[in-house]
Amino acid sequence: MSFLLDGEEVPFIPGQTIMEAARAAGKYIPHLCWDHEFAPHGSCKLCTVKVDGRFGAACTVAAHEGMNVDNRSAELDDKRRTLLQMLFVEGNHFCPSCEKSGDCKLQATAYELKMMSPHFDHFFPDRPVDASHPELLLDFNRCILCELCVRASRDTDGKNVFALSGRGIKTHLIVNSPSGRLADTDMAATDRAASVCPVGVILRKRRGFKVAIGNRTYDKAPISEQPQ
Amino acid sequence: MKSKVKIATTSLAGCFGCHMSLLDIDLRLLDLVQLVDFDRSPINDIKRVGACDVGLIEGGVCNAENIEILRDYRKHCKILVAVGACAVNGGLPAQRNHLDLRDILEEVYQTSPGLAPGSAIPNDPELPLPLNKVHPIHEIVRVDYFVPGCPPPADALWKFLTDLIAGRTPVLGHGLLHYD
Ligand code: SF4
Ligand code: SF4
Ligand code: FES
Repeated sequence: MSFLLDGEEVPFIPGQTIMEAARAAGKYIPHLCWDHEFAPHGSCKLCTVKVDGRFGAACTVAAHEGMNVDNRSAELDDKRRTLLQMLFVEGNHFCPSCEKSGDCKLQATAYELKMMSPHFDHFFPDRPVDASHPELLLDFNRCILCELCVRASRDTDGKNVFALSGRGIKTHLIVNSPSGRLADTDMAATDRAASVCPVGVILRKRRGFKVAIGNRTYDKAPISEQPQ
Repeated sequence: MKSKVKIATTSLAGCFGCHMSLLDIDLRLLDLVQLVDFDRSPINDIKRVGACDVGLIEGGVCNAENIEILRDYRKHCKILVAVGACAVNGGLPAQRNHLDLRDILEEVYQTSPGLAPGSAIPNDPELPLPLNKVHPIHEIVRVDYFVPGCPPPADALWKFLTDLIAGRTPVLGHGLLHYD
């Protein structure tokens, strides 16, 4: 069984999503809220492809025999770039002072899609950090609401430390403790949720610049050329 | 002979790091001056910007004078380029944006420990008025190109300028496009 991804044949096993089949074939579809370890969430829409002319999220749409999928067309990459620009202006992303820089999927995806500017006006929101935990720091300024930490904590760690709260533009990440502080949860630095964040929100303390900028994951090769 | 490309540069709310990075193209500066003439720029002493082909803007917009200079550059430059993180997204100076301006000024000039008695917020009429928020330059004027980086690597500036001067659409590939 196979389908066409940008004109190239991609095999799949029935039940696989377009994203899973593409990953197995070593093909890159831009994505942020998807990770092969977790159930798809389908919220960031970065993985939007055109399936026989109709838009769909590659991480949630099942692969079908003979379907024709557009992925890296100029039309789709333009839309993806706009989504990225909205993510950048909605939070506070000052990469030069971010410990995640060079290892960050948002940044790497923006490089891949040649995002040269944020384009929109910045929100500059006020989002205080939570440094209460002895080993972990939460910098909410960079949260893209992908819910990977929510899924990792709930489904892998069995702890439910994180949740999204609020609606629409008011949606934000919260910590499930009476005080709202990470120190008052049972979160441990060894939890899957502690290392799952694709951006620089959930950070190990005292690790920041152990690997120098310039020697990091996406300094070596673009995200599209790395295993997903 | 083909006339040289005229370039003006300035630093608004920046740290001159982007200009240092431009100087970092080292010996290629000698090639560059074969291709371009510099109009107003911190590297010479020209006081007012004239008609130019390219304006390179370092730094974001944090006060009234920045706005005036930026608009002047926009008016005189055919192509305006945001160079570096601060021009592109406000950068480090914009990290004050979630704070109240008066609170900042009071803390820095009046209430922080160690200040001389009677210290006050400076209000000399020659000082440009600070804006409530620091803005990337594209929020004030139309910008034609962006070269991100803190600072952009010398090689990125070289690639950008040589593409532009040769009439190609500037493209920064892997390793040259950086936000940090
Ligand atoms: S989270 Fe990523 S995009 Fe945001 S500031 Fe950090 S490195 Fe930059
Ligand atoms: S903290 Fe990180 S993993 Fe959690 S929702 Fe925000 S961006 Fe996603
Ligand atoms: S990766 Fe598919 S919607 Fe986020």
